[in-house]
Amino acid sequence: MSLVEIIFWFLSGLALISAIMVLLSKNPVHSVLWLIAVFFAISGHYILLNAQFLAIVNLIVYAGAIMVLFLFVIMLMNQNAETEPRSKSTWIKLAGAIAGGCLLIVVVAAVRDSENLIQNIGGKAYAKTAVTTHGEIGLIENLGRVLFTQYVVPFEISSVLFLSAMVGAVVIGKKD
Amino acid sequence: MASIPLSHILFVSTALFFIGMYGLFTRRNMITMLMSIELILNSVNINFVAFNKYLYPEKLDGIFFTIFIITIAAAEAAVAIAIIINLYRSHKSIDVEDATELKW
Repeated sequence: MSLVEIIFWFLSGLALISAIMVLLSKNPVHSVLWLIAVFFAISGHYILLNAQFLAIVNLIVYAGAIMVLFLFVIMLMNQNAETEPRSKSTWIKLAGAIAGGCLLIVVVAAVRDSENLIQNIGGKAYAKTAVTTHGEIGLIENLGRVLFTQYVVPFEISSVLFLSAMVGAVVIGKKD
Repeated sequence: MASIPLSHILFVSTALFFIGMYGLFTRRNMITMLMSIELILNSVNINFVAFNKYLYPEKLDGIFFTIFIITIAAAEAAVAIAIIINLYRSHKSIDVEDATELKW
């Protein structure tokens, strides 16, 4: 078992356990903290997948900005374990577990079947395991060059999206 | 990453997706439901990056999809939290079952 495999299994276990703890903890502040742990694990996966810039962006935007927003709102509303709304019946939890579990089984079966499919599509050597010759592909130099040539229109459209989201948040959130 | 098959990464992202979906079904706190949506979006991001790395390692399309998903998730979280604050101001509760004015 190589070092990469050990890191992969550790990060996967951390991500899944933290994701389960997000749902199990009654206090919303604890949920947010566990979700930050999930984001750290996912950033580790990105680094393993040669997307270094994306890992840092994920940490800054998700763990740094969005989760702080969540924490502020939870503290502003004074939410804790006592004010957490309880489900009326356990039937909803049972229905959620059955529906989610059935879909999970279907998707896992599809993923298991996908390896042959990928080999048929790719037809090359990198069907099952990745080529690691281009370790610098996810660095910011390559990303910036492609972002400002090939992806410049979605980039500008996303700035318009941010402007409209900002105006919308202010208009919806203001006291009238 | 030389010895890990693609399907293992896909298993992790699938499990994260359905953990998020279970949370969306069962929790009634609106902020926790929004956190479940963030979990779902992140599992999709892992899928994009993994397929980009394993199928087209010399291209960057999957990474750009992920970057745009992150930006859209940030905008979505801002607007959704504004809506939740407004609901809390008028209902004094963030239980999703209390917001019933638009229900038939």
